[in-house]
Amino acid sequence: MNRLYQWFDERVSLSAFIEFIKHKEVPKHRHSVWYYFGGVTLFLFIVQVFSGILLLFYYRPGADTAFESIKFLMTKVQFGWLIRSIHSWSANLMILAAFIHMFSVYLTKAYRKPREITWITGMLLFFMALAFGFSGYLLPWNELAFFATKVGTDIAGSVPLIGKPLLVLLRGGDNVTGATLSRFFGFHVALFPAIFTVLLGIHLFLVQIQGMSTPLNPKEDKKYDSMPFFPNFVLRDLLLWLIVLNILAVLAVFFPWELGVKADLFASAPAGISPEWYFLFMFQVLKMLPSHVWFIEGEVLGIVLFGIAGALWTVVPFLDKKSSRGQQSRFFTYVGIFAIIFIIVFTIVGWLAS
Amino acid sequence: MDNQSSPNGTKRDFLKYALSGGILAWLAAIFYPILAYLNPPKVTGAQVTSVKVGKIGDFENDSGTIFRFGNQPGILIKTKDGEFKAFSATCTHLDCTVQYRQDMGLIWCACHNGRYDLSGRNIAGPPPRPLEAYNVIIKNDEILVTKS
Ligand code: FES
Repeated sequence: MNRLYQWFDERVSLSAFIEFIKHKEVPKHRHSVWYYFGGVTLFLFIVQVFSGILLLFYYRPGADTAFESIKFLMTKVQFGWLIRSIHSWSANLMILAAFIHMFSVYLTKAYRKPREITWITGMLLFFMALAFGFSGYLLPWNELAFFATKVGTDIAGSVPLIGKPLLVLLRGGDNVTGATLSRFFGFHVALFPAIFTVLLGIHLFLVQIQGMSTPLNPKEDKKYDSMPFFPNFVLRDLLLWLIVLNILAVLAVFFPWELGVKADLFASAPAGISPEWYFLFMFQVLKMLPSHVWFIEGEVLGIVLFGIAGALWTVVPFLDKKSSRGQQSRFFTYVGIFAIIFIIVFTIVGWLAS
Repeated sequence: MDNQSSPNGTKRDFLKYALSGGILAWLAAIFYPILAYLNPPKVTGAQVTSVKVGKIGDFENDSGTIFRFGNQPGILIKTKDGEFKAFSATCTHLDCTVQYRQDMGLIWCACHNGRYDLSGRNIAGPPPRPLEAYNVIIKNDEILVTKS
């Protein structure tokens, strides 16, 4: 054992790494709980990777095979229903955890200097997670997903200037067809994971070398208590992961994900078409906009506004100069609270409407 | 030294332009094929301009049927008085496929509760434009839908 350790140490300097871990500390204060949500998101991502790989063993993309292969998986393959249910549930929980992680980082202003890059990579990861959700939703090729994808890509198509080419790029043609399914499959299992992994690597690396951010405390330079990262924080983290895994298992077993009806390109849209819950607030707002505001189409206006809001949110470390100087920045706190209320209210309205 | 700097400068400028031009051309040579590859070829099947939908007797009064018009869905409606009407079934809002609602006597889109009257006009909900109307031609009992 010792010799093995030495063998590696001589080559890759293990002891430096161990020194680093030994001295790593995690601050303790009344907002410490929020530190765990990044880890939970990471854990659920790992679950996604594993369950996704398992699904790949049976899934066959294509308009004539996708639905059938999932049906086969769910009815014939031992525990196939469970793997699929876990993948779907874990995806939703992951986005939920990412939302919580993002807003807690935002409200504690942890994005401030020197963590701007961590915030931006985090936001990109968040957008990627939404893209994962959108592309994965279509893969079972059922009716709900088919129409949701039609609507979603049509909305993308009304982005000014690049809308039309973007729509063709996404759909692989003018309409949602088997070609769209092939593309979404490629995005979902190859392109997105590749980009996501790189971004995640940068994000986690930065978190490690910069350590945890502490809440702004402009009054006095109060020193926070801290606990060792290893083993104290790691054990807590693992315990929480275990709890999350149990919640996931309960949900997956007792509320198995439905497959629905196979998509038919020549059937009327059924009632109850709605996107996944995390798109619902945007969708609801777009729906409530009048068809024309002044001379701009309501849709287009909505998309442009959401686009601008998302972009500003992503560069907030550069807008919020005060917190980088170590001062309170009330304005940005209010903006954050407003965003949370806005999202919750319109999600509920959208949910009640469907 | 000094009086040599200007010819040298132009030489350097020339190199700079040649080099950056070269890099741009090189990037274009890589990305152009990729972008072109991603743009799917237009399916050049013969443009469908008319389609046989069925016999008059196949349809009941006060009903709507989705049919294939090329690779797009169309909707054929037989009104209460037995009159035939045909439209594109693609909702002008966000692309969902519409349906005939007997209870409302309207064309309805389930996605966002869009409504069209029986001449295809958008009368309620988010749709911004009327449905594209097709011509219905009845020839010896056969219903033919055409697009002009
Ligand atoms: S797609 Fe028909 S009302 Fe929105």
